[in-house]
Amino acid sequence: MEHRPLKPETDTREHLVVIGNGMAGCRAVEELLARDPARYRITIFGAEPRVNYNRIMLSPVLAGEKCFDDIVINDAGWYADNGIALVAGDPVVAIDRAAKTVATRGGAVEAYDRLLIATGSDPFIIPVPGKDLPGVIAFRDMDDVSAMLAAADAGGDAVVIGGGLLGLEAAHGLSLRGMKVTVVHLMPTLMERQLDEAAGWLLKQALEARGQTILTGADTAGIVGDSKVEGVKLKDGTLIPASLVVMAVGIRPSVALARDAGLAVGRGIQVDDHMVTSDPEILAVGECVEHDGQVYGLVAPLWDMCRSLADGLVEQHTGYRGSVTSTKLKVSGIDVFSAGDFSGGDGCEDIVLRDASRGIYKRVIVRNDRIVGAVLYGDTADGSWYFDLLKKQEDVSGLRDLLIFGQAFAAGGGAADPKAAVAALSDDAEICGCNGVTKGQVVSCIAKGARSLDTVRGTCKASASCGSCTGLVETLLALTLGDDVQSGPKTMCKCTSFGHDDVRREIVAQAMHSIPEVMQKLHWTTPDGCSSCRPALNYYLLCALPGDYVDDQQSRFVNERMHANIQKDGTYSVVPRMWGGLTNPTELRAIADVVEKYNAPMVKVTGGQRLDIFGIRKEDLPAVWADLNAAGMVSGHAYGKSLRTVKTCVGSEWCRFGTQDSTGLGVRLERMSWGSWMPHKFKIAVSGCPRNCAEATIKDFGIVCVDSGYELHVGGNGGIHVRVTDLLCKVASEQEAMEYCAAFIQLYREEARYLERTAPWIERVGLAHIMARIVDDPADREALRARFLTSQSFSQDDPWAQRAEGAEAAHHAPMARFTPQEELA
Amino acid sequence: MSAPDWLDIGWVDQIPVRGSRTVQVAGGDDIALFRTAEGKVFALLDRCPHKHGRLSQGIVHGGAVACPLHNWRISLSTGEALGEDKGCTPTVPVKIDGGRVLICRASTLKAAA
Repeated sequence: MEHRPLKPETDTREHLVVIGNGMAGCRAVEELLARDPARYRITIFGAEPRVNYNRIMLSPVLAGEKCFDDIVINDAGWYADNGIALVAGDPVVAIDRAAKTVATRGGAVEAYDRLLIATGSDPFIIPVPGKDLPGVIAFRDMDDVSAMLAAADAGGDAVVIGGGLLGLEAAHGLSLRGMKVTVVHLMPTLMERQLDEAAGWLLKQALEARGQTILTGADTAGIVGDSKVEGVKLKDGTLIPASLVVMAVGIRPSVALARDAGLAVGRGIQVDDHMVTSDPEILAVGECVEHDGQVYGLVAPLWDMCRSLADGLVEQHTGYRGSVTSTKLKVSGIDVFSAGDFSGGDGCEDIVLRDASRGIYKRVIVRNDRIVGAVLYGDTADGSWYFDLLKKQEDVSGLRDLLIFGQAFAAGGGAADPKAAVAALSDDAEICGCNGVTKGQVVSCIAKGARSLDTVRGTCKASASCGSCTGLVETLLALTLGDDVQSGPKTMCKCTSFGHDDVRREIVAQAMHSIPEVMQKLHWTTPDGCSSCRPALNYYLLCALPGDYVDDQQSRFVNERMHANIQKDGTYSVVPRMWGGLTNPTELRAIADVVEKYNAPMVKVTGGQRLDIFGIRKEDLPAVWADLNAAGMVSGHAYGKSLRTVKTCVGSEWCRFGTQDSTGLGVRLERMSWGSWMPHKFKIAVSGCPRNCAEATIKDFGIVCVDSGYELHVGGNGGIHVRVTDLLCKVASEQEAMEYCAAFIQLYREEARYLERTAPWIERVGLAHIMARIVDDPADREALRARFLTSQSFSQDDPWAQRAEGAEAAHHAPMARFTPQEELA
Repeated sequence: MSAPDWLDIGWVDQIPVRGSRTVQVAGGDDIALFRTAEGKVFALLDRCPHKHGRLSQGIVHGGAVACPLHNWRISLSTGEALGEDKGCTPTVPVKIDGGRVLICRASTLKAAA
């Protein structure tokens, strides 16, 4: 673009030079003109060869919803009308503060009285091999969009690196333009800085449903190609073909000019409340600045900054106090909103509403009766209302109960008493959307004798699917019965209104695959559950989807995560497996060597006939396991909700009373059952005669050998409440004993609640139920056994060996070590 | 030259989400670094106020961690025991800069004392 005459001879006003023709620079000028249009003579330098446009609308341009002319904020006429000289396409490359001049790449030098730096930010290009190949672009300006559109015209595959706001908008646009798009995101959930895990999961589902491939937890190793991009290689070895790679991993304040000029620069150009830099003649605004330790990459703070800046320029100082930001994703058809602080913490209350059938998740975070954050997915209509309450710090205690339903409901006045509102509903009003149950049907079901939520769910099916109408049904029970309502079964924990059995049934019925999915579909009231429900859900999913479900280590209790037993001093005890309680010199030597090598202070024989090595430090565990593995030993699972030990006596091989090979059977049972995850710990014993030296009648599954075969006993327990087993049946062969055992374990795995031992489980469901499934119905028994063996084919992989080879190393090694003496030296 | 006020521990993503890593402090208690589902990072002494359980080994949920020994819930931001339990674990100031986790040097020295 050609230069205008920069200084009319007659103009004696102070000269304001603006570096940056983007949203911040021009908005600042607009604000200034609105206050005092004649005060300064103004010159704007822009790096891009075009007028001022709305950068955040580049996504709709890419998506084909808008064209460039639609997103121009100020056209050439605006510059002319306001007497502004625009130098576009010739960027400023140096500031001389002593001479008070700026110099452009083209060699022009311009003097200033006041200088405003609004250089914005630069896209961050991750330093991987191939980053400079043709076809690798950022998503920052109109030239990038043009390059993407050209690539899309040629078709093919695109990879977007970065699953944040910008990356997802780029992916959406390219996808609409017909490219096959893969999003590679380093973090476990999308837009993790704006969304919590639950909303991030919903977003991933929605984008995948639109045909995009979303890879989370994916680390880019490099970009491959000879003379141009051919693909992206991940650190796990995956190669994704691509003719276009968009880097959208983040932005960095553009501070090079300011730093070279000697201005104070931290993460951004440091400014005071009036946007003045360390040089009082130089101001800065927008994404390039750091104010009070904060840098912003969103548009809203910019408006606030520009107001304070303009107030200062006309000597009516107000001062900028930082901004609270909100985010909206501009992907048509997917509504996502977030604002404020959603990290929770002390004194914070989460109010969560989930509506699975409509794909809605709303979470408002309240502290001291004020909203401090909000995350909305699916229904963002009330985003601005929450954001307004948040910014104004309004007391919401009066709205508390209805807040989550949104402005229309909370401000409804008359509907403030939910009970009255439910009473006022007509009989044909739908209560349960999932099962199409009306209020009349629920009331008539209660009139016919339903006295609890559970019976209502069992009879008319209201609230039996997603549970979002549970509150309504409970209100109807209270309205109809008054004090006669019976409380239902205990819920899993405070995060849900469902009991364990309901949750398990729905996991299977709705084919759920992950913890966030369960929490969404069943309307969890907390964002990421608690230490009660997370391990339970992890187990239920693991049991329902053998070989398919990816175990969530962060939902495991410490012992199962560390594959050892934590002790009161924070060290661990280690129990190697000794099949059936048998051992040999090699194993004993290896154990003795470990005890000496790692200075284990104690070795003890356990109640289950194993050796327990105490006092092993967390960081030594992998090395200990490697040593034990080398002697042929694997994890004894003394730490798990799983098969612990099979206790045996010596049986017919040695004992003068022995009737069968109890030791051999014990070894075979342990080989079959080890490594299986269960609702709780599980102990087996085999005694070779009715003298029962292996104490089989207080085990979860006990076998007492007799001359004519094997008595199978179930549901015994030592511990606080000693319970003697029930006799399940007697079988003739060892093979049958093994089959019955496998079927019993699988029935327990599928039906018992998490952390319920076999003894309380059998007392709850009754021995007759167990016998009907396992003894009376051979087909059912065989099916149970087959499911157990299928599950075992995925779980009999020694976790110690995996970790000794380096898996989950982060569980063991400290992240850093700190020695004060060295540091001071 | 004086020692810096902050100790650089490592990259944020070395701490698993909803998980924890530790910093070993010679002669003192470890410091536990936590990263919540929302990506916030907190630092506390790795010691439950109840029976000194290693909080770094607990289950992180919301803004709290459940101690692995007796399931006390400890607030990650204040170190206070939540619910009916009473007690407090010292917190260590932590900040993130350019993806690096920094913890307060003075507080770390105090942990070693």
